[in-house]
Amino acid sequence: MSQPTDLNIDHVAKLARLTLTPGEKAQFARQLGDVLHHIEQLAKVDVSHVEPTAHAFAVYNVWSEDVPQPGLPVELALKNAPAQRDHMIVVPKVVE
Amino acid sequence: MPSDIFFQPITELAAALEAKKISAVELTGAVIARTRAVDGRVHAFNSFDEAGALAQAAASDARRTGGQARGPLDGIPVGLKDVIAVAGQPLTASSNMLANFVSPYDATVTRKLKDAGAVLWGRLNCDEFAMGSSTENSAFRPVHNPWDTTRVPGGSSGGSAAALAAGEAGATLGSDTGGSIRQPAALCGVVGLKPTYGLVSRYGLVAFASSLDQIGPFARTVEDAALVLGVIAGHDERDSTSCKIEIPKYRAELGRRRGPWKLGIPKEYFGEGLDPEIAAAVERAIAFYRHEGCEIKEITLPHTQYCLDAYYVIATAEASSNLARYDGIRYGHRSKDTTDAVDIYFKSRSEGFGAEVKRRIILGTYVLSSGYYDAYYLRAQKVRTLIRQDFLNAFREVDALITPTSPVPAFKIGEKSDPLALYLCDIYTIGVNLAGLPAISVPCGFTDRSLPIGAQLIGQPFQEAALLAIAHAYERAHDWGTRHPIL
Repeated sequence: MSQPTDLNIDHVAKLARLTLTPGEKAQFARQLGDVLHHIEQLAKVDVSHVEPTAHAFAVYNVWSEDVPQPGLPVELALKNAPAQRDHMIVVPKVVE
Repeated sequence: MPSDIFFQPITELAAALEAKKISAVELTGAVIARTRAVDGRVHAFNSFDEAGALAQAAASDARRTGGQARGPLDGIPVGLKDVIAVAGQPLTASSNMLANFVSPYDATVTRKLKDAGAVLWGRLNCDEFAMGSSTENSAFRPVHNPWDTTRVPGGSSGGSAAALAAGEAGATLGSDTGGSIRQPAALCGVVGLKPTYGLVSRYGLVAFASSLDQIGPFARTVEDAALVLGVIAGHDERDSTSCKIEIPKYRAELGRRRGPWKLGIPKEYFGEGLDPEIAAAVERAIAFYRHEGCEIKEITLPHTQYCLDAYYVIATAEASSNLARYDGIRYGHRSKDTTDAVDIYFKSRSEGFGAEVKRRIILGTYVLSSGYYDAYYLRAQKVRTLIRQDFLNAFREVDALITPTSPVPAFKIGEKSDPLALYLCDIYTIGVNLAGLPAISVPCGFTDRSLPIGAQLIGQPFQEAALLAIAHAYERAHDWGTRHPIL
């Protein structure tokens, strides 16, 4: 099937913070080529005077009352952290 | 206690509980025993907590004994798709990324079910991050259709549909982004309702595509679906897209709303690719309504052919953004062998996500990337406007639309390996999500191979009461729901 030449899978994978194996790259490029080929037909629709829809029922300026509410206790909030110490998430050193 | 109690609708179970013919502990025990007996063949559950369920049931019995029962869901085992948070329970989204995640809090629907006294029962298997149409994308194991265990249950809420069909719960919840409640409901022979966007809070739902996702019930009957919807619907300040509308008493409205209605038949939904047995079954359902005095009108939804394309641009774009949070830092899988923070992102995501999730993240990232945004994402949002307008135009003439739910019945596990072929399974359901409408799949027959068929009714925004009444009128005159799979 057709594969749009401008789907640069290495570039897009890097943007998405994914490392793909050579096998995945070849497979995804082919499969997404088919999907993009199908999607190309959107170009046939005349949308010159059409506003975009982001939500079917858009609601604006949703505020909650400015009243303090109890939040998650630190222990619960950190319960799923892969590594933690002293109520903080542990990550590799970022700045030397 | 009847031996097939696990196949009874909630309305009957509630009456039996109320009359003290059974206790909630006995009912939950029967559902646990059934699950133990059949789930090795169905794999509807990722996990379940028997002691927790029995404790909830005992609390329900204590309330009832004390005259404090909270209504028809009190004591009923309700299963949740493993993308809906229950405090203290696993929340995996059927992904290795969240294999060890435990919810620190309840989703709003969970809290509402608890307040109604429901016994929360088990974590239901699904496609990874709700991405799929067959539940074969579960990182753990595929779900098998109870009607034929060599076949898929549909997806992505395949576990929710299969568990109900197999008698492993009284009702279940799923989520529907492009058909993920309605399509598996059709393939498993149960009722599945996708509410209007904004009717049910998404707080505590693992996000896939936030402008399309809605939580909704699977149930044995339309009346059960009305009952569960009445519990989970309503404004929630924790979901800024949740709408402030008056919630009708859906179950009571069923008896009050009588036809005849004006029903539209969108001709685009009966074309090439539709299985002839499904076409015939839906035609018989249409004939039923005509016979009941409903006006049947052929209508057109001219942009139907673009629904799939608009959907796969918008849904993957939103998914790529939503799933950026899984970076291995704060929660979820973190790769062991890493050198720095950026290395954690790349390795954790590559190890934690399965193939379909990666494919959709790549596609979504691409359509949002510099130079392609206007051509794909913005254009798809404009086409979405036209698709929505098609439906709203149709609703100037009719009360609801009737279509097939799925173009094909349950297919063999492994049969559709090509992503595009699987995406085409959602061809009749995705327009509804793009337009934000409510829709329900109701059983309307069986194929020659005894595989269930579903008809989809699509309603006007926030008109679930009318939609349920229309579905109920059909269901009352047919007995498809009284058949059960042999496991």
